[in-house]
Amino acid sequence: MAEKSLMKGNEALAEAALRAGCKCFFGYPITPQTEIAAYLSKRMPKVGGVFLQAESEVAAINMVYGCAGSGIRCMTSSSSPGISLKSEGISYIAGADLPCVIIDVMRGGPGLGGIQPSQADYYQITKGVGHGDYNIIVLAPSTVQEMADSVTKAFDLADKYRMPAVVLADGLLGQMMEPVAFDDAEIVMSDASKKPWAANGHGNKREHNIINSLYLQAPELEKTIKVRYERYAEIEKNETMAVADYCDDAEIVVVAYGSTARLAKSAVDEARKLGIKAGAFRPVTLYPFPKNELNEAVKNAKKVLVVEMSMGQMVDDVKLAINCSRPVEFYGRTGGVIPAPAEILAKIKEMGGEK
Amino acid sequence: MKNIRKLTVVTGHYGSGKTNFSVNLALDIAASGNRCTIIDLDIVNPYFRTADFGELFKEHDIELLNPVYANTNLDIPSLNIPLQSILQSGSYVVIDVGGDDEGAKALGRFAPTIREFDDTEILYVINKYRYLTKDPEDTAVLMREIQYSAGLLCTGIVNNSSLGTETVTQTVRDSLGYADEVSVKAGLPIRATCAVADAMPDEAPEPYIIHRYVRTLWDNQ
Repeated sequence: MAEKSLMKGNEALAEAALRAGCKCFFGYPITPQTEIAAYLSKRMPKVGGVFLQAESEVAAINMVYGCAGSGIRCMTSSSSPGISLKSEGISYIAGADLPCVIIDVMRGGPGLGGIQPSQADYYQITKGVGHGDYNIIVLAPSTVQEMADSVTKAFDLADKYRMPAVVLADGLLGQMMEPVAFDDAEIVMSDASKKPWAANGHGNKREHNIINSLYLQAPELEKTIKVRYERYAEIEKNETMAVADYCDDAEIVVVAYGSTARLAKSAVDEARKLGIKAGAFRPVTLYPFPKNELNEAVKNAKKVLVVEMSMGQMVDDVKLAINCSRPVEFYGRTGGVIPAPAEILAKIKEMGGEK
Repeated sequence: MKNIRKLTVVTGHYGSGKTNFSVNLALDIAASGNRCTIIDLDIVNPYFRTADFGELFKEHDIELLNPVYANTNLDIPSLNIPLQSILQSGSYVVIDVGGDDEGAKALGRFAPTIREFDDTEILYVINKYRYLTKDPEDTAVLMREIQYSAGLLCTGIVNNSSLGTETVTQTVRDSLGYADEVSVKAGLPIRATCAVADAMPDEAPEPYIIHRYVRTLWDNQ
């Protein structure tokens, strides 16, 4: 690893994309993720890549659609309202089995909402964003270093399974600064050499490759979707990631992701100091949801607490994952308000963690 | 910091630590018994702003002026700040400017007033550990872009090199040569080397002990 730099989360996402060989970035500014575009506008021309500020989020995601079809690694980024605008394009990309990376730095909603951090788009992102039967991979880092590493991982998974992958952050992660290191490897821009399906010119040497999501014959569409779901089953089996701290003997397991997981971990650390048997569980992949890891983490727990910067969305997936085998309670703040570790600790105590 | 002028303008790269430096400076001015006004001119960054320290400033009788923008319902900042009359009132003034040349644009509106005032210091805050300003030459080029955008010339360098919570003495020590190079390239003196108390190397020129006010909720207090 090279020497460490101090980077904003958004900058680390952008630099990591370059280093993953992302040759084309198509974006549109929106707080709190604009630094991604600003950073790439400076860096892309220096490394032989393309930075393009589109006329809208809708245009940007459709540029990604086209670029991904040519087999080149490409990315777009936005924040909550902008992701809503991209939803149609994301569905088309999934329907055409194309790899790409989408970054969502969530802010408060609904509507224009606010510019402060939020996790109220969990349902939207983890359930595919757009219309139709499909999934997209969702990674939820919680440090600036992990944000950088997640982008690399997202590109690899997107290529491996030929589908969109999302790196899901929130305004707090996007804006805060932490030390981060990248390896010293030279930046090599991606090409389509390992993508026999890419529509990048047949050169009269092979049949046309066609990028399409339209199937007018119902049985054919059903068959295509079913094949896709076989891949999803493989992803659900092989690609889940989670981090569990002090869960082995925990009576109360606190489940949280992204920046909220760090707040929850602070509360759990405090609880342990008070002799309360609390544990912290952090899903790193939100799709696929780490069901087995969660069941393992709660095996000795009496109760589960889910903490989110929303009115409670992941809490549903937690209940499903453990099949409601234990009471699941929720604590959250929303609209851009950040739950303080002291508030989370108070909730742990209220749930019977008081010694 | 020695010889603090009546008006200190704090410019620099995004995330170089301008806000934390400005907060320290304002508190020190107030602590030495002087009236101080801090102006948050950051029209770029929506989070981790000077204006977040309103309570702290109130405690120390520091007046905070900030544009009506972030955390309000305005998308475009309104800079309704009577700089001239504040300076005439005799108060010390610290202006925390937004990052890079984009952030410095907001200064342009006040440039004529700042140029006319005779007790002014325009500082350029540098941090070796920021990704795009690791190289002294790039750091000096950015200073020229900021000057061009603001219509003002910098007068001194503040070496604020840090790795956030991971900063130790060696972190700061490793930045001293870098700061010297920037100082030579920019033709400006180093006005301060900033570090928290236990990370300040003995050989640092113009040492300025600072506290970390800008932090996240999970940082150890």
